[in-house]
Amino acid sequence: MTTVSEELRNVAPEKLAVEGVSKTFRTQRGHVHALDNVSLNVREGEFVCLVGPSGCGKSTLLSIIAGLESTDSGQVLADGKPVTGPGRERMVMFQESALFPWLDVLGNVLFGLKLKPNLTGKERREVALFYLKLVGLENFIHANIHELSGGMKQRVALARALAPNPRVLLMDEPFAALDALTREQLYGDIQRIWAERKKTIIFVTHNVREAVCLGDRVVLFSPHPGRIQEKFEIKLPRPRDINSVDLAKYSTEITRALKRHLKPETTEVAE
Amino acid sequence: MKRWLLVIIFFAVLIGAWEYLVRRGVWSPVLVPSPLDVGRYFVSSIQDRTLLEASYVTMKRLVLGYVVSLIIGLPLGLLNARFKACEDTIGVLALGLQTLPSVCWAPLALLWFGQTETAMFFIVIMGSIWSVTLATDAGVRSVPPIYARAARTMGSGGLHTWLKVIFPASLPFVVSGMKQGWAFAWRSLMAAEIYVTILTGFGLGHLLHYGRELHAMDAVIGIMIVIIVIGLLADKILFSPIERFLHRRWGTARN
Repeated sequence: MTTVSEELRNVAPEKLAVEGVSKTFRTQRGHVHALDNVSLNVREGEFVCLVGPSGCGKSTLLSIIAGLESTDSGQVLADGKPVTGPGRERMVMFQESALFPWLDVLGNVLFGLKLKPNLTGKERREVALFYLKLVGLENFIHANIHELSGGMKQRVALARALAPNPRVLLMDEPFAALDALTREQLYGDIQRIWAERKKTIIFVTHNVREAVCLGDRVVLFSPHPGRIQEKFEIKLPRPRDINSVDLAKYSTEITRALKRHLKPETTEVAE
Repeated sequence: MKRWLLVIIFFAVLIGAWEYLVRRGVWSPVLVPSPLDVGRYFVSSIQDRTLLEASYVTMKRLVLGYVVSLIIGLPLGLLNARFKACEDTIGVLALGLQTLPSVCWAPLALLWFGQTETAMFFIVIMGSIWSVTLATDAGVRSVPPIYARAARTMGSGGLHTWLKVIFPASLPFVVSGMKQGWAFAWRSLMAAEIYVTILTGFGLGHLLHYGRELHAMDAVIGIMIVIIVIGLLADKILFSPIERFLHRRWGTARN
């Protein structure tokens, strides 16, 4: 019965499939088992948040999906094809903004576009301006990077990541260094842009509340070695407000689960 | 406006004090000429064109030697930063030769190339190339790896990353290295011109040397002033605009 229904199943392949990925880093103090046999499927258009304390391998997994790091065993499939290196269809937004200080705002957004073939200079500029408008920075296109506030920098980074029109956006604690008020604004923006541009997003954070606010699913990691412990579906209507009571219920539940999986000395997770 | 006034007053007082002390007979007029004597030397040597021609000869050597230093020194620095093998070999050599005062190249250059322009260039290039190489190397090493990572995700790689990411990111270092290289080229050339007598062109260094031989103190001090002014102008015209741009872009300007 089940075999027949499996045989007749008619669904698109997963957007991203992480299959039994393991990764060990060698450091001066010995081996660090960053990821141990991690598997995860992400649907097209899904917003997945990876949560866990520092050292649980969530950022490493993001780098592997981006193609910036290799795996020791296992593989990552994007649209059914193995990931062997970075690709324009999977853009990364980094922890620090990683913007280029020798270029102005427009120059930064144009950087990736200039590497995309078959576009004229005028078209590239038009595309860049579209995304700068999307993140609300159309009046700052010629500003220098150091003149921007932390929140504006991350908006530029978001525009730069969106500009080559990737299907997948990989975000590595992009809001960790921002103040609470700026963060709340960006939660609204990122949900709006995600829905508008129909992206698949993998979002790494150590902030449970942030994960619940943004994710369709929250995936819980534990460290030493990095493993997936639990996955939570977040069934809340959007756009979500980080201060809502329903959201708090979810994050309490997940925080409790997180503490269960941790040794007592490694609890440095914000609720 | 106020800045300029201050500058003018400062130098006027300096020259006034000099003239006053010479007139009081504090120093022997044989050893210290008055500013007026130096001024008269300027007028006569500009009229008979010796000073202008010497300046031209010197600048030509300096610019050519410096440009060659950049053309070799910058890529060498990039190679050192990129390949461990280059760093261990050329890098160590560069560090060693950087500590060698460039006038020490003069005897060797004379024996190898004789009293020729080539000897001049050799001394200038050896004097400035290593600081350019070392600064480029240090600049590239100071570039945060996250820039290259970010560029890779956007489809950049290989030479493109080096030209469009690593090199511009290291520019603040590279420019200060270029500036240092310029200063070293200038020093080396003066040492070479004073040391190496050649017939293919009379530079400022030669003029200075003959000023000493003829015991023409007004010429000696006059030429020293010209050398200082050329150095100042190079700094203000060549490097200040680049540095101002970098400070503005990177946000390192001090107001």
